[in-house]
Amino acid sequence: MIGIIDYSLGNIQNIKNALEKLEYEYILSSKYEDLKDCDAILLPGVGHFGNAMETIDRLDIKWDLLKLAETKRFIGICLGMQLLFEESAEGDAKGLGLLPGRIIRMKTPHPVPHLGWNTLTSTNPVLDGKDVYFVHSFMAESTEHAIATAEYGVTVPAVVKKGNIIGIQFHPEKSGDLGVDMLKQAIEGGL
Amino acid sequence: MIKKRIIPCLDVKEGRVVKGVNFVGLRDVGDPVELATRYNAEGADELVLLDISKTQNGHDLMIDVIRETAKALFIPLTIGGGISTVDDIRQLLNAGADKVSVNSAALRNPELIREASEVFGSQCICVAIDVKYDPDATDYFVHTHGGSKKTEIRAFEWIEQCAALGAGEFLITSMDHDGVKQGFDIDFLARANKMVDIPIIASGGAGNAAHFTELFQETGVSAGLAASIFHNKEVEIKDLKEDLHQSEIEVRFI
Repeated sequence: MIGIIDYSLGNIQNIKNALEKLEYEYILSSKYEDLKDCDAILLPGVGHFGNAMETIDRLDIKWDLLKLAETKRFIGICLGMQLLFEESAEGDAKGLGLLPGRIIRMKTPHPVPHLGWNTLTSTNPVLDGKDVYFVHSFMAESTEHAIATAEYGVTVPAVVKKGNIIGIQFHPEKSGDLGVDMLKQAIEGGL
Repeated sequence: MIKKRIIPCLDVKEGRVVKGVNFVGLRDVGDPVELATRYNAEGADELVLLDISKTQNGHDLMIDVIRETAKALFIPLTIGGGISTVDDIRQLLNAGADKVSVNSAALRNPELIREASEVFGSQCICVAIDVKYDPDATDYFVHTHGGSKKTEIRAFEWIEQCAALGAGEFLITSMDHDGVKQGFDIDFLARANKMVDIPIIASGGAGNAAHFTELFQETGVSAGLAASIFHNKEVEIKDLKEDLHQSEIEVRFI
């Protein structure tokens, strides 16, 4: 069973579609009690970092998220990945602090947002050389926990991992069949 | 670096894919979900689905098509046709669209671009523009109603205005080139691309693989779009990407 954190931020239909394609059962909730028996937790999110953390505060679910992240495989996707970090320049807000470092606006000579298909570099063959779909303007500042990066005039941390905490900056659910497989690998511990 | 995108366009009428020549003479070419699935397997980087029904029934069928397509394949979906309000956009995004393309509604009410990009993020707001050259005025003008009605809006001015309002992408169709398969409107697209720092999807005129190579070599646009040549397999996406790769244009391989 997969738990999808439901905090009404962004569109999770495509994440649900990908899980259905992979034949996972899932539940939507934001409460520890509902999700404590799940095998993995997905934290999706699209939009503004500051707004997302405000929503998490308003719903009073930060404790639940941190508690789940203690033991579960905890996978943040896109903005959900950025929320794993300590703070962000977007809205000048504190994050969940599950990963060290901050989120900064991309500094690149190329157009921002970083939008489209770009290639991953990784030591993991599941990720290395694969083209995946990015849509973002902010990024993790440090590559310290990056297990995959992409080049866009700046080295973009694309997948970060520290123990059971995984962050995916791109949209695996929009990156074709390869992306859906990456999501599966993230859930199953293959990253 | 970001790959150049190849985008098949599905014109959908009452839930079926149709394609016309010069925007008239529609003929049925198939089931949208089936066609979308084929394109996904062939390596299309994104799909554009345009609802051209202009009926409530057609619109409802389109929502079903989006739902089914988003369940079957996992590449970005851009949906256009008959979008007038922020609520229309929300409905499409909730059904599984990743981006929406607005055209005449933005001309009627340019503030829609600003409003929608503030609510949903500019990355999901694509402005579609149909342009045609007026030899008398020696300039390009925006057209509406599938290209049949000329407006007094100059295309380059409109592009700049949309960019300032928060458009995240442009889908530019050259009406003079559309359907005639003699290549994209390189001059217009190169100029448009220099004006704005926003991705442009070029549409109209693709007849063979070399036209895409020319497009990407001669202009900085992000994507090339075509319909019938993909539908009837005159150009196979897999072969097209191989050709582009040979010409040192970076494309995505699956």
